[in-house]
Amino acid sequence: MIRTVLVANRGEIARRVFRACRRLGLRTVAVHSEADRDAPHVRDADLAVAIGPPPARESYLDIGRIVEAARRSGADAVHPGYGFLSEDWRFAEACRRAGLVFVGPTPDALRTMGDKTEARRLMAAAGVPVVPGSPGTVADVGEAERVAKDVGYPIILKAAAGGGGIGLARVASARDLSTAFTTAARRAQAAFGRGDLYLERLLERPRHVEVQVFADAAGTLVHLGERECSLQRRHQKLVEESPAPNLPPATRQGLARAALAGARAVGYVNAGTIEFLVDAAGAFYFLEMNARLQVEHPVTEEATGLDLVVEQLRVAGGERLAWRQEDIVARRAAIECRVYAEDPARGFLPSPGTIERLELPAGEGIRVESGVEAGSLVPVHYDPLLFKLVASGTTRAEAVERLAAALDRCVVEGVRTTLPLLRRVLASRELREGRVHTQMIEQGAFNA
Amino acid sequence: MPEEIKAHITGVVFEIAATPGARVAAGDPVIVLESMKMEIPVEAPRDGAVKEILVREGQTVQEGDVVALLE
Repeated sequence: MIRTVLVANRGEIARRVFRACRRLGLRTVAVHSEADRDAPHVRDADLAVAIGPPPARESYLDIGRIVEAARRSGADAVHPGYGFLSEDWRFAEACRRAGLVFVGPTPDALRTMGDKTEARRLMAAAGVPVVPGSPGTVADVGEAERVAKDVGYPIILKAAAGGGGIGLARVASARDLSTAFTTAARRAQAAFGRGDLYLERLLERPRHVEVQVFADAAGTLVHLGERECSLQRRHQKLVEESPAPNLPPATRQGLARAALAGARAVGYVNAGTIEFLVDAAGAFYFLEMNARLQVEHPVTEEATGLDLVVEQLRVAGGERLAWRQEDIVARRAAIECRVYAEDPARGFLPSPGTIERLELPAGEGIRVESGVEAGSLVPVHYDPLLFKLVASGTTRAEAVERLAAALDRCVVEGVRTTLPLLRRVLASRELREGRVHTQMIEQGAFNA
Repeated sequence: MPEEIKAHITGVVFEIAATPGARVAAGDPVIVLESMKMEIPVEAPRDGAVKEILVREGQTVQEGDVVALLE
């Protein structure tokens, strides 16, 4: 039984988890850095614990301080949110050793899915298609050259310890490989403490489609349908929706089957997502597993009418999954966009500062998940996500129309945001027709 | 007259990429800022030699602050 939940995160996701805790009658504990002392998520919780200076390494990424905060506040469970320590198996392990319930998968599953080459190997063994590439890490430029010649250019170099788009390098031809390899290895070493790289063939104009899975400790495993998340910049998503439009039925069913096989192979428990790339012919390939709650989980919630975070807390507390596969149906269409403090007109440069004015829309079929309010400081130290706008409807067209109208009603002053770009995306024929791919934003398809 | 190199965004100095006296070409990173989980280089506006680095690693700089001098 869980009674008190500490959320090891900040911003909109901390507030989202607190809301689920209140639904279940659980006490809540926030943690915050010195930069976030006055942040909305701190006020939302029953209790707040300061955990250190503004840099994430000394606060939200400090395992010792967070476990200590849980002990001092009497929390018996920790929800990691997304980002920060959410996929760090050492954190899950530290929680377990301290007698705290970690709301997420086991440390073993986190370790396996965190090692991208190991995850690839395991998925291939479970019959999940993977992108052609090196079977494991490549030892040096020479081996990379040999493998790249086999799979064919263009290729993409990836950090074995990577994630979130960091440490990726596109290589167009054999001539560019040596320089790209050295740079990517150095960046991976700096970001993750490990310079190991692997490589895959770069698919041209693929879609990013992912499947939400959920499992309990008793072995019940279900999927909650797919999400289309192709519109990205720097390999980070800006617009997501569920169900995915224009997906051949065979591909949709194949994705769900593959996701369940993959989750079963890793012994997955709690909420997780398996990401795939889908090519123009409808063939799909495993990309990675996100062993945590996703930023875009609300589109699945709005489509299915289910509360993923409530279920995460129930399952972590030892209860059986409340859903059977046949009960899970996408009754509505839902679409979300992320409003970041970034300037799309200047290559998505970060735009920290103070939010001087904030007007957020409300109304039928509109859901807002915000980590900020008027007067909020947007610090340089953390991810620039300000809020998410989610719209749903009985049809996709209705959901898209509602989101477009909601975007028009948003006012943010004091920092530059992705709002102008998102408005153009929602007005575009490509989005309206559901014909998007992962390279569109960076190719300038929605530039002013 | 040395030319001022200014930060084009607000961020924390992640890395000093060039040392005083070093020759740099236009577009070479002089310092690297970290802002909102991104590493963003502040580049030399033209060829020259770095006269002075005015910031240190870990320091927060505001958009428009002078971070280095080029001659």
